Amino acid sequence: MSVPPIPSEGSAAASEGLNPRAPEGQRKGLGADGTVYIEHDHHELSFLRKYIFSVDHKMIGLQFMFTGLVMLGLGGALAMAIRWQLAWPWTEVPVIGELLFPATGGAMSPEFYTMLFTMHGTIMIFFVIIPMLTGAFGNFLIPLMIGAPDMAFPRLNMIGYWAMVPGLFFAIASFFVEGGAAAAGWTAYPPLSTITTAAPGSMTGQTYWLLALTFSGVSSMAGAVNYATTVVKMRAPGMTLMRMPLTIWSLFISALLQLFALPVLTAVSIEQILDRVAGTGFFTPTNLVVNQMNPEMAGEAAGGQPLLWQHLFWFYSHPAVYIMVVPAMGMASDILATHARKPIFGYKPMAYSMMSIAGLGFIVWGHHMFASGMNPALGMTFMVSTILIALPSAIKVFNWLGTLWGARIQMTSAMLNAIAFVSLFIIGGLSGIWMAATPVDIYIHDTYIIVAHFHYVVFGGTMFAIWAGIYHWFPKMFGRIMDERLGKIHFVGSFIFANCTFYMMHQIGLAGLMRRTADPYAYEVYAHLQPLNEFISISAFCLFFWQGFFVFNFFWSIYKGQRVGRNPWKGTTLEWDAPSPPGHGNFDRELKVYHGPYEYASPLVEEDYLMQTRKVD
Amino acid sequence: MRLLVTLLLLLVPVLGVWTFWTAEENGWWMPETVTTYGPDIDFLFYLILWMVAVFFVLTEGLLVWFFFKYSKKDDSKGVFSHGNHKLELLWTVVPGILLLVIAFTQMETWAEIKYRGNLPKSEPIAHVWASQFDWRVQYPGADGEFGTWDDVESPHLFVVPSGEDVVFILHSRDVLHSFFVPEFRLKQDAVPGMAIPMWFNVNKALREEGLDPKDPDSEDKEAIRLYDLICAELCGWGHYKMAGRMEVRSREKFDEWMAEQQANVMSNDKEDQS
Ligand code: HEM
Ligand SMILES: [Cu+2]
Ligand SMILES: [Cu+2]
Repeated sequence: MSVPPIPSEGSAAASEGLNPRAPEGQRKGLGADGTVYIEHDHHELSFLRKYIFSVDHKMIGLQFMFTGLVMLGLGGALAMAIRWQLAWPWTEVPVIGELLFPATGGAMSPEFYTMLFTMHGTIMIFFVIIPMLTGAFGNFLIPLMIGAPDMAFPRLNMIGYWAMVPGLFFAIASFFVEGGAAAAGWTAYPPLSTITTAAPGSMTGQTYWLLALTFSGVSSMAGAVNYATTVVKMRAPGMTLMRMPLTIWSLFISALLQLFALPVLTAVSIEQILDRVAGTGFFTPTNLVVNQMNPEMAGEAAGGQPLLWQHLFWFYSHPAVYIMVVPAMGMASDILATHARKPIFGYKPMAYSMMSIAGLGFIVWGHHMFASGMNPALGMTFMVSTILIALPSAIKVFNWLGTLWGARIQMTSAMLNAIAFVSLFIIGGLSGIWMAATPVDIYIHDTYIIVAHFHYVVFGGTMFAIWAGIYHWFPKMFGRIMDERLGKIHFVGSFIFANCTFYMMHQIGLAGLMRRTADPYAYEVYAHLQPLNEFISISAFCLFFWQGFFVFNFFWSIYKGQRVGRNPWKGTTLEWDAPSPPGHGNFDRELKVYHGPYEYASPLVEEDYLMQTRKVD
Repeated sequence: MRLLVTLLLLLVPVLGVWTFWTAEENGWWMPETVTTYGPDIDFLFYLILWMVAVFFVLTEGLLVWFFFKYSKKDDSKGVFSHGNHKLELLWTVVPGILLLVIAFTQMETWAEIKYRGNLPKSEPIAHVWASQFDWRVQYPGADGEFGTWDDVESPHLFVVPSGEDVVFILHSRDVLHSFFVPEFRLKQDAVPGMAIPMWFNVNKALREEGLDPKDPDSEDKEAIRLYDLICAELCGWGHYKMAGRMEVRSREKFDEWMAEQQANVMSNDKEDQS
């Protein structure tokens, strides 16, 4: 072993991020073997530069994470209001009812319900899941896991975070404008969204919504440019593409997805803004009569095509659903391997299957439009491509199972959440096949089966992977470990309640109940679903409040958690080579990579893990 | 903890299968279908359900088993394996073939229901207009032509004859809506600016319980059946209550109703003129 030993865990040098060996002069420029170093200046940064306008990828990652968690609370609260209405429609909403709806004795209006699910979906997608995965984990992990001192463009990285802030402002402020927040669903289909008289939310709220999306898009774009460049250009010596951890592969792939798909969303959002404020007619057809009024007479332009929006919106948003799950797959893979003490099964198939998901992801958008009036022959081709995209997902599931086979499973909170990810992702993946099959989709499209399906992917899959990721990388972020006992309590409850909440939505959907309905019992045939809806709602409330264990654990552990050294999980990848938390510039020694990312249980060394940087003769 | 987590993971496939198994008797299931193509859709649904169920039980089962087996305390090293080429091939090719089978079996039914070229040759019986938040059905008057003064307009109620191909044209006056009758297994968005032809054939509606469904002569010709017409695409605050009714009648009863409506239009018109 020619590399000097890593400073022992918890040693003073390790926790301060100093390199005891390197003389001051060698810390800048290129290392002997091509490693890029940046200066480890120890001048004190002002509070503003350190915590607010930071250019350090770790701080920016944490900013995204805290913002994401706060918005998760808000999006979750909106979901609770949705669930209240679905179980006990038109009754007084507890806690907030009297405050918000004094006129109706505390019961919400149907208009408000449409705003609720629109903003719930919007916030969850654009201000929770995407910022958490790419913003928080992408930022924090990419440089650390490829052995880079920071992102390629630190300043752009800072802009990436701050571009999201006006987006947040518009999303939240939209509740307080005339007419209220956007109410056309997170898909914002015109003409409901473009004609101001079609819905109260289409007065001003929809414009705010579009601005919110545009800013969140700028943020994602800045991030994506940075992630892709960093992965391509800044890998430590020896870190070949095929030695990258799957987390990095997944984040790289979703950055590429963002790069290619996002411009389309930005363009159509601006077109919709123009339709609304500048009198263009991209999406509004001629001769409509809305509320006994002809919008053209009222000066709104016409001659557009509602389906054009759907095509372009889904051209972005289908890849976006992979942006919301591919990084989760990558993270879950790393966490599974680490806590199973076993190499990932089929590294290459894992990487290739993510690539093919991303590639195929660009030619399946039409599966959201089988019932839209699009040419049915086109539907046929979208069906085939969509069914094919199930294959790489299946391959991934089998490889995760292969990873667990013959493992030495460590029952950490991170591991339990990663296993839950696999278990629940299977359900979401399998129900997707029905949706892909056009004739079956005729029946289930826009019913609660769809709601069940994407919540299994995005909550069962991605949320559990995010929890796993937080438990797993928390020591690297804060130098302390989260409390395992609370972590397990949190896991057990979340797992039970998430299933109780979302599984039964399949049944409600099969009975035919359509989504986005403010009162399921307006139809007699659905009256018998009320007990089931009550069960779902109560489970959802439990799920929501159970997160208290997580929130408490998270903040408590930041200050009081048990201190740990560099590598508490005995991981192999590069981030575990850095101090916990890493100082400015991340690494305190030159890195060279000798192995793949998953050398657990390797016979070459005595320990059950062989770090990527450890040279074995 | 180990046993608890094993149990939780095990409950997923067990309760998962159990809910689907008992769903029908609990009323958490598709309503019985009454159209000619409904059974085809249901067949495809069940085909996928069975395939999916096998993979569901298999993968969740393996997960439970591996978790239970390999979470035992054990200080030796795990298996040092980076994968297995044959296995990869196996679990790529087998699901691949099954998925292709699924894809190909869908095509015929889809084409039958939705392709313009496969529309039944009969004349459209009505134009259906969706608008916030109601359904209006426009039938031709006695002259048999749409868009003339004697057209019959029926709010909320779409009356159709049973046992024959019914073609109609779907429109929207304002925003998107969706024409959804669960028992018909039919759903189609109504798009402003587009006229979308649709069809169905209700061939089971008039069969009373106790009568032999295979014997057309045993039909109860008197029965009139009602189904909910549901709007399935978000169309504004009143989306949840944009309900219409489908009324399926025998041909004679349908003609009777039609004649009545046409006579109404005539007499209203006379009143207007006088
Ligand atoms: C706290 C747990 C959650 C609960 C109880 C919940 C509940 C619901 C419900 C009941 C709906 C259907 C509303 C309707 O159709 O009327 C819905 C819609 C939706 N949810 Fe969630 N949800 C949760 C978490 C999430 C998460 C983490 C995401 C992440 C992306 C998410 C994304 C969405 C989206 C995109 C929609 C569709 C909105 C629309 O129809 O425009 N949800 N949710
Ligand atoms: Cu999609
Ligand atoms: Cu509607």
